[in-house]
Amino acid sequence: MDAGGSVPGKVTSMRDAVAELVRDGDTVAIEGFTHLISFAAGHEIIRQRKRDLTLCRLTPDLIYDQMVAGGVARKLVFSWLGNPGVGGLNAIRRRVEAASVAATGGPALELEEYSHFGMVARYTAGAANLPFFPLRSYFATDLPTANPLIRPIRSPYGDETVYAVPPLRPDVTIVHAQRADAAGNTQVWGLLGCQKEAAFAADRVIVVVEELVAEEVVRADPNRTIIPGLIVDAVVVEPWGAHPSYVQGAYDRDNRFYLDWDPVSRDEEATQGWLRDWVYALDGRAAYAEKLGEARLNALRPSAAPSGVVDYGAYG
Amino acid sequence: MSAQGATGDGATGEAGTAPFTKTEMMIVAAARELAGQRVCFVGVGLPNIAVNLAKRTVAPELELVYEAGVFGARPARLPLSIGDPTIVTGATAVTSMFELFAFYLQRGLIDVGFLGAAQIDRFGNINTTVIGDYARPRTRLPGSGGACEIAINARQVFVIMRQTARSFVERIDFRTSPGNLGGAEHAERIRREGGSLGRGPTVVVTDLGVWHFDATGEMRLDAVHPGVAVDDIGETVGWEPKVADDLRTTPPPSAEELRLIREELDPGAIYTG
Repeated sequence: MDAGGSVPGKVTSMRDAVAELVRDGDTVAIEGFTHLISFAAGHEIIRQRKRDLTLCRLTPDLIYDQMVAGGVARKLVFSWLGNPGVGGLNAIRRRVEAASVAATGGPALELEEYSHFGMVARYTAGAANLPFFPLRSYFATDLPTANPLIRPIRSPYGDETVYAVPPLRPDVTIVHAQRADAAGNTQVWGLLGCQKEAAFAADRVIVVVEELVAEEVVRADPNRTIIPGLIVDAVVVEPWGAHPSYVQGAYDRDNRFYLDWDPVSRDEEATQGWLRDWVYALDGRAAYAEKLGEARLNALRPSAAPSGVVDYGAYG
Repeated sequence: MSAQGATGDGATGEAGTAPFTKTEMMIVAAARELAGQRVCFVGVGLPNIAVNLAKRTVAPELELVYEAGVFGARPARLPLSIGDPTIVTGATAVTSMFELFAFYLQRGLIDVGFLGAAQIDRFGNINTTVIGDYARPRTRLPGSGGACEIAINARQVFVIMRQTARSFVERIDFRTSPGNLGGAEHAERIRREGGSLGRGPTVVVTDLGVWHFDATGEMRLDAVHPGVAVDDIGETVGWEPKVADDLRTTPPPSAEELRLIREELDPGAIYTG
């Protein structure tokens, strides 16, 4: 897999992509803001028992709660640590809060925290090869004390002080998308999050898609391409790969899953049981989708709301 | 004080014709504060339902902005998370998160930032990060998300939260989002130095009443909800609270406001149950 050129033939299995491109000790970003979270990749990383990862995401979400419970992570870099619309991330909290850390005797999970804009700015600096990114945030808060990497800087053009955050350059960024061609040219619609920035910031990129399409499909609508095959190392075709998060136009968020995770994750034994049944015992996403069952998955399909067609025009 | 009204969640009040819960009263009061506002940055949870109610009642022109990267959302159902697909379908614009935070928020286009809080102090400083010591927290909360930069860059900030002795505290354990710092003068200087366009918190709506901020930057109780006795307010506030001389009672929810909440916005009673 050569990141140097847009050569075809990057399509591979999730197992091979993770085995080859995710290494123990890596800094890994599985991005996607509520939308397009690659649970399939997260589960494969758990299944292959990767270790000592630094996991980066604005919102760790259930996928990092599961990965932390699976023992793959040493550290989290994040900006909002919760189960959206439900409550806390309990497996992570058990490895952070004083009483439960003391009870288990294990090392606490290391945290490095920013705000959303700070995380987005970090990926942007990484993607643009800049030494830092300035933003108007953090004034008179305790965040720069909690995280000394957030630093005030004076404007070189006046008296203003702004805050700077350092670039974030993941070893691997993994994104889920509606579609890509075999060369990895990737198209997304709906919430865009910061996947483009996280991909350009990374050393290696895995794209997971609902659908593999012909190059002509991409070329017919180039405005929708957020990541060019030029920076993509592997394309994995994995329908339902973002469940229980969602894929705009393909399936809805499985809110029941997010609600059900709360009681499961409150208990370490139940959490490990869930990982056994839904991750270790399965060989991949197809088996996971089968285990969920057609009825549950079909209930998540939205009715159609197609965009209008734009005319790019033919020239020459 | 009125003997009518909501006395507790689950318990129902009897103001007007329909009974209502404390949470419903809080959502309705918060929505009403949005009358006349144009562009609102919507937060997770209670702000989400309050803003969606305002859009259907007092502020039909309200532009809903979601940090997930949506301007001009027209959600057809109550978004269960702030990244729900219903905020995308039919929206005016979908942007990257960088564009949303840099061009819409930091550029100064947001009139009202709507935030929740785990702890708040008398000057409207907010904690959503930890209870206890940061390095060894008793309770780990979600953290900033976008709240820190919303508090700094929105033209004004509305807070919606439940009011208890544990949430209205003399000293917050961690300052995640700045309010009026140690008072109006201090806050004004820091905002000026930071090039901030906002003026910080202006309203705090709770399940017991509505607070605004006086010239010193401290919050003052301006209204209590039906059924709430002002004498009971003290035990839910960790400092000696300022109370307006002309303390009002919030008009109870109208039948239409309750219908919208129960039938359209939160039929599963996820926020209001």
